[in-house]
Amino acid sequence: MIQAVNISKSFGESEILNDVSLTFEKGKTNLIIGESGSGKTVLMKCLVGLYDVNKGSVEYDSRNISKMSFKEKRKIRKELGMLFQSGALFDSFNVEENVMFPLSMFTKKTYEEKLERVNFCLNRVNLENVNNLLPSELSGGMTKRVAIARAISLNPKYLFCDEPNSGLDPKTADVIDELISEITQEFKITTIINTHDMNSVLNIGDNIAFLYKGKLWWQGNKTEILKTDNNELNDFVFATELTKRLK
Amino acid sequence: MIKNIGRYMILMLETFRKPDKGSVFRKQLMREFKDLGIDSLGIVAIISVFMGAVVAIQTAYNIDSPLIPLSMVGFTTRQSIVLEFSPTIISLILAGKVGSRIASEIGTMRITEQIDALRIMGVNPANYLLLPKITAAMIINPVLIIISIVIGLFGGWLACVITGMVTPTDYIVGLRGWFEAFTIYYALIKTVVFAFIITSVSGYMGYYTKGGSLDVGTSSTKAVVYSSILIILFNLILTQMLLS
Repeated sequence: MIQAVNISKSFGESEILNDVSLTFEKGKTNLIIGESGSGKTVLMKCLVGLYDVNKGSVEYDSRNISKMSFKEKRKIRKELGMLFQSGALFDSFNVEENVMFPLSMFTKKTYEEKLERVNFCLNRVNLENVNNLLPSELSGGMTKRVAIARAISLNPKYLFCDEPNSGLDPKTADVIDELISEITQEFKITTIINTHDMNSVLNIGDNIAFLYKGKLWWQGNKTEILKTDNNELNDFVFATELTKRLK
Repeated sequence: MIKNIGRYMILMLETFRKPDKGSVFRKQLMREFKDLGIDSLGIVAIISVFMGAVVAIQTAYNIDSPLIPLSMVGFTTRQSIVLEFSPTIISLILAGKVGSRIASEIGTMRITEQIDALRIMGVNPANYLLLPKITAAMIINPVLIIISIVIGLFGGWLACVITGMVTPTDYIVGLRGWFEAFTIYYALIKTVVFAFIITSVSGYMGYYTKGGSLDVGTSSTKAVVYSSILIILFNLILTQMLLS
């Protein structure tokens, strides 16, 4: 479980997050949604420790990372995996080397053991015979799947996904959503997904937090989101022609 | 300016730590020896041979007094190549080739979130990315400069043979005369300092890139400009310290 406790974050005069408190449960897909500029990405970067919060704290299973030293943070970072919007695969490494990278850095496994784990992770994200391909040779969906394989290679307790469906066609986006949801339940991971894809919200949203102008505006699940009378949330959810018709 | 110096110092403090894993560091180091050193051999060889030839011809052209022996062409070529042309000019060329490569590689990693990915995994990105490059350059650049000196002197000999302005024998007599080993140490000391400047300044420019591909280009250009200026400045400081 991850808890954000009254966190605020500003850049100069501009306040991005204002007193946000959230709990992300284990074994569930926790979604952070909101318009562009609402503070989703900043919140995620605060959660993973890339940004230091100005006020409040972030706790991983009651371990407050806001007060930790670099060394202490490193221990927690080994327990988390992250899927970036662009995939963030290392250009100079092939698929196998990318997925093997965390294993090479943090385990004492032999090459054969690492390869076995790499192939397991790649199979788990439904990829085969791609070990020697370079990131530039992969499609958008494959890049995301390799990034997921890399993120789960060390058996993380926490998985963060920043806009996992951006740039993907609806069918591939569905596959990625399902994959993240399955992995979350299968490995009992605390998963946090940053998205503004309503399809993901309705498909895998176990817990949903809606951010509006840097504040936590609404919390619920995929069933409740369709029945809410929160005006700002309704404007966001039913912004497209498709969702208007659904309503 | 002060902010940049401060950030550069902090980056260097992060860089010069014990590597997270020795075997990974050694693998990276080998890769950098190839990328920064072996891949630069061609351009170093071409520039050195022509540089040596031009210095020899210019020196021969300027000796018009019968009181000055023609062996001075070999001597002057050697001194020019060892003291200045190989360590400084080749380092300036490497600042362009290697510096822009490092800045654009690390800058691209920054804007495509690869550096964030490293940090989230618990890896120290500065240490992982910069330490092998700085170490490799400080080891391999002196080797490149020695090769450059040898090829440069050969270029001078070749010019003498082809133009006939000086006999090869006179040239070799000059090359061998009044030799002080300290000039070689001086050249190598300068090269090691320049190698550190090229890799650390270019790494710094790439590491703090913000924005998109245009900004990667800007960082790359800045890396070359600032490295070159610092090389020229430190050339003067080191010369004053070591030769005066």
